[in-house]
Amino acid sequence: MKLQSIFIFAIAISCTVASCKKEITEQTANAQALNPVNMDADAGLWKPILLTAANEFAVAAPAATNLSGYTAEINEIKSWQKNMGEEERKQINYWGAGAVLRWNEITRGLVAKYNLPPYQNPDGTYPIPDANNPFNNPQFPFANPPYASRAYAYISAAVYDALIATWHYKKLYNRPAPYKINTTVNALLPKSDLPSYPSEDAAVVGVMVELLKLFFPGEQAFIQQKATEHKNVRVMAGVNIRSELEAGEALGRLVAQKFVTRARGDRAGAAVGTPALWQQLETQTAATGETPWISQESPKRPPMLPLFGRVRTWLFDSLTMVTTLRPKAPPSIKTDQFKKETDEVLHYSKNATREQIAIVHFWADGLATATPPGHWNAIAAADFISQRFSEVRWARNMALLNMSLMDAAIACWDAKTFYFNPRPSQVNPEIKTMTGLPNFPSYTSGHSTFSGAAATILGHIIPARKLAYENMANEASLSRLYGAIHYRSDCEEGLKCGNTIGAYAITRARADGAE
Amino acid sequence: MKQLQPNKLFLLLILLSASWRSQAQTDIDAIMMEKNAFCAGPGYSNSSWKNYWEGTKKRENLNLGKVSTQMFAVMGNYGITNKLNALFNIPYVVTKASAGTLHGQQGLQDLSLMLKYRPINKKIGNARLAVFGIAGGSIPVTNYVADFLPISIGLQSKTAMARLMIDYYYNSRWFATASATYIFRSNIELDRNSYYTDRMILSNEVVMPNATSFNIRLGYRTQWLIAEAVLNNWTTQGGFDISQNNMPFPSNRMNATAVGVNLKYVLKKVPQLSLTGGANQIVAGRNVGQSLTANGGLFYVFDLSRKEKKTKTPND
Repeated sequence: MKLQSIFIFAIAISCTVASCKKEITEQTANAQALNPVNMDADAGLWKPILLTAANEFAVAAPAATNLSGYTAEINEIKSWQKNMGEEERKQINYWGAGAVLRWNEITRGLVAKYNLPPYQNPDGTYPIPDANNPFNNPQFPFANPPYASRAYAYISAAVYDALIATWHYKKLYNRPAPYKINTTVNALLPKSDLPSYPSEDAAVVGVMVELLKLFFPGEQAFIQQKATEHKNVRVMAGVNIRSELEAGEALGRLVAQKFVTRARGDRAGAAVGTPALWQQLETQTAATGETPWISQESPKRPPMLPLFGRVRTWLFDSLTMVTTLRPKAPPSIKTDQFKKETDEVLHYSKNATREQIAIVHFWADGLATATPPGHWNAIAAADFISQRFSEVRWARNMALLNMSLMDAAIACWDAKTFYFNPRPSQVNPEIKTMTGLPNFPSYTSGHSTFSGAAATILGHIIPARKLAYENMANEASLSRLYGAIHYRSDCEEGLKCGNTIGAYAITRARADGAE
Repeated sequence: MKQLQPNKLFLLLILLSASWRSQAQTDIDAIMMEKNAFCAGPGYSNSSWKNYWEGTKKRENLNLGKVSTQMFAVMGNYGITNKLNALFNIPYVVTKASAGTLHGQQGLQDLSLMLKYRPINKKIGNARLAVFGIAGGSIPVTNYVADFLPISIGLQSKTAMARLMIDYYYNSRWFATASATYIFRSNIELDRNSYYTDRMILSNEVVMPNATSFNIRLGYRTQWLIAEAVLNNWTTQGGFDISQNNMPFPSNRMNATAVGVNLKYVLKKVPQLSLTGGANQIVAGRNVGQSLTANGGLFYVFDLSRKEKKTKTPND
């Protein structure tokens, strides 16, 4: 009957939609097991960042493989493999894609989780997150872009140094992998000629446990759980015995301590400033005849980390930053140039196309995201996977990238605080934004500075992608103009400054022994 | 960094399924059009909130002020037979926040199509009992931005729904209608390629939790006048809470319970023409704005039968 068939048809459509598969596949979920093109056997000779030498921390020689202790450790592998289930295989596939990759992703996830500004007090002031009390309101940290850039940089740099040391001892002791010594051991991850003592995966774990404790003190239980899972994977996959992991982790923890010490003294702890400073920044800019930045939030929120520009840099010294990197002053508010640029922002506020709005949202990397530095880590990671780098080269490239990004944050925040100029929507309230308005001065654009730095160093690391990175950086930069939160000068000068910072990273890259 | 916050978004859902359309010949009431009658007209609703639930915590957001949503919609209901109606609705939505810098949004939102079938319509003494099965869905008709809550005009999800509804009509005056609905929602795609729910997800695709809804309406109904009180609940089956000072996200667990009243008046002199009006208030919620909505509509019944020319009225 006709009616019934119509009704059945409607139900059929509903059921079709309902049965649509909802499960999604994440970008790196099926990343292949790490099987490097080149194992970089001599990476122990590369130039470390903080270590005085690759053997600064001693690692004892491994016990001989013909002793019963070794056999006992081989039996641990076998006992895991005997009882292996679906869950264990999943874990092997996950961690097998690479230690640096997975811990970078985990860090990005933590940044996103903590990238939320404190909620105001009843009196309209804002509480300041406290590292000694991470669980209460406000949670610690507020992983905003400068904070995140610093976390990524310390972690990446420490992992790099730890792996240089690891590679040094691998070559020194030249202990083959368990499946080479005992042919009854199954290797469930790609075999390698790289010596397996100490374990590079465990060295990464050691660094991560120590540094994530510093940057995300409320997440230690979660991090320990990941660390345990990662180490167990190495055993159950037959690629390490337990003592290789223990040696690697201990080494990683020791190396990490050098970075913790540097972090405690890098002046980031004072970057939040004081009410007196916040007021002073406003009055000193007003005294020059320019319009100072004023928070557009309600209640007014202090500027984000105004003294982050004084944090210790990685790739150049603080004098260079002021003399070479600090951009020239932005167009004065009294000039036609300023008016022209403000009108351009208003134009995009009213007329941005859907494509431009998509660009705004693609690059926004605002609240509850991994921040722009995290976005560039994701871009780098996707390309590094296809390059099939060794762990130590992954670490070296991530260190170069993230030192550039943190230095970009420092240089950009130096300019923001030094010029302390207003956002377009402060000057012209008619300007409405397509994304959240960041709560700090306009000049220069952080996104542009980050992107300029990242694109430059990544273009050096993977020359075939140089143009693609430059296009991405330009797009990320302009996204802030399309979103009506930055003037064109902010974007252009930020990009330029970022490019210069990236060039310092290239200078380091050329001299670190890896090329 | 600035937080954007809350959302009215859910209110969109509620609006779509229940508010201004809830008064006359909609997919959630017991009114059927006769065969070949076509009732259509414009509707308007205005909804706003200052407070919202961040998870289960109620708060305001001074950076949004009052978030308002206006809907200009065209809806229609065609009687394929006396027992089977087809309905459509397409709204143009305009949003705005009274404070802060966020840009309001506007555009054509989702087209919804429904089939409403009444297999049982039985007289029992002085009363009449009717059972309805309703099925349909909605599809976004423009590429509006879903990932800009609470200012977005919609969620970009394609939906399919199935509803069972029972109507009890006593003495040709008093009625009670109850319905339960299941809504399937398709995944959506964002302009960005990673996002955080209760963990980091490296994809531009978002799994949208399905939802259930129930609706109870009680009141007075004649050919000329309908006056009713409505209770509506929307419950998202899954999703996550907005974290403190975060923006809302399309796959949040959005729940809301609203109470409201509606009136429909048919002009005696022009019985093809009816006026509707109503209001509802969200009284309990989670990850939604506490919206107060007012709405009105104007509907005209066309007789599309070729053979006979006789006046149709919108009531059964």
